[in-house]
Amino acid sequence: MNEKENKVSLKAVFKDGVLLSNPLFVSLLGLCPALAITTKFMNAIGMTIAFFLVLLASNVVISLLRNLIPGEIRIPVYIIIVATFVTCVALLMEAFTPELYSNLSTFINLIVVNCIILGRAEAFASKNTVVASTIDAMGQSLGYGLGLLVIALIREVLGTQSLTFSNPFNAAQSYTIPLLTNFKIEFFNSSAGAFVTLAIVLAVIAAITNATSKKKGAK
Amino acid sequence: MTFAEIISLAIGAILVNNVLLSQFLGICSFVGVSKKRSSALGMGVAVLFVLILSSLVTWLLYNLVLKPLNVTFLSTIVFILVIATLVQFVEMVIKKYLPGLYKVLGIYLPLITTNCAILGVANFVNVGQNYDLVQTLVYAISIGLGYILVMFIFSGIREKIETAPIPKPFKGVAIAFIIAGFMAMAFAGFSGIA
Repeated sequence: MNEKENKVSLKAVFKDGVLLSNPLFVSLLGLCPALAITTKFMNAIGMTIAFFLVLLASNVVISLLRNLIPGEIRIPVYIIIVATFVTCVALLMEAFTPELYSNLSTFINLIVVNCIILGRAEAFASKNTVVASTIDAMGQSLGYGLGLLVIALIREVLGTQSLTFSNPFNAAQSYTIPLLTNFKIEFFNSSAGAFVTLAIVLAVIAAITNATSKKKGAK
Repeated sequence: MTFAEIISLAIGAILVNNVLLSQFLGICSFVGVSKKRSSALGMGVAVLFVLILSSLVTWLLYNLVLKPLNVTFLSTIVFILVIATLVQFVEMVIKKYLPGLYKVLGIYLPLITTNCAILGVANFVNVGQNYDLVQTLVYAISIGLGYILVMFIFSGIREKIETAPIPKPFKGVAIAFIIAGFMAMAFAGFSGIA
């Protein structure tokens, strides 16, 4: 494969992860954290970073080992690799960002059973080079992270009237931006609000997709 | 542990902190396998079955092996391996000895390894709460029953809404999440008004 071809395919990998097969909005994978921890924008950022680190590490290691792992036991091997990195990330977060970790706790450990990571291991990293797998991890995490951030943004702004950013390494430093003054819909903080927010975001995406595909059809 | 404590633990896990609607564990299967009541029920029973077995095994491992050896930080790796192995094992045993049950549950069993409810409960009872064995069993059964209950109601509503005139963008998954939102609101009633 020459240089130019390589670049084009990497761009396609990125586009695929963020738009065409967005793990959250198109494939509907990794829904549990998307509903559970998106009450705060900071949580979504933390989750995205943790997810990115695990996906990057597991994608790289699996693509390095792709010719060594026997086909019959590949899934258990993937699970062990992913679980190892999840444990590393969880321990690091518990040590350095205890506040964030206590907000996310179970869902950091549950990255192990996040279908996106196993799915990328099986569908991409086990068949592609290390560089391509790295780009793929970035694209997928960016797509998933954008999804989490959109939901968290809607829920935190409508549910608490403001956005709060805090230094994850030092919980005492935090900064709140007041955004809404006249109303506050606490519904969006509740679990029902999580489902409804996701439903509305999905419907908006469907409406946009329908409109653009109609336009293309008319041309 | 008194009878009243068992009842309150069970009610809490089935209704108040429902695994799907308030803890958000196992949402993938909640959306994926709830188009028909029969498949929702099949998935529910399979989850209940694996939950009971896996929480029993992980409890024994955590309290008899990981804790005495002081390696509780390995819990995630150990739990997921145990669950994956257990699911595979259950599948083989059922296939060999209970072919009737295998026909009903067979296709759902492989999906259960990646159902976060199983690992979530194993984490919660051991690492989070330090439940004893009776509490663990009661909790696992109640979580499983809560899962079946919500799956069944949800799939029933989804069957009905299939033929309803829904705005086009909401067709499919979006309307399902709206329904889930309404159900979560209804279930929030069980925790009372703060």
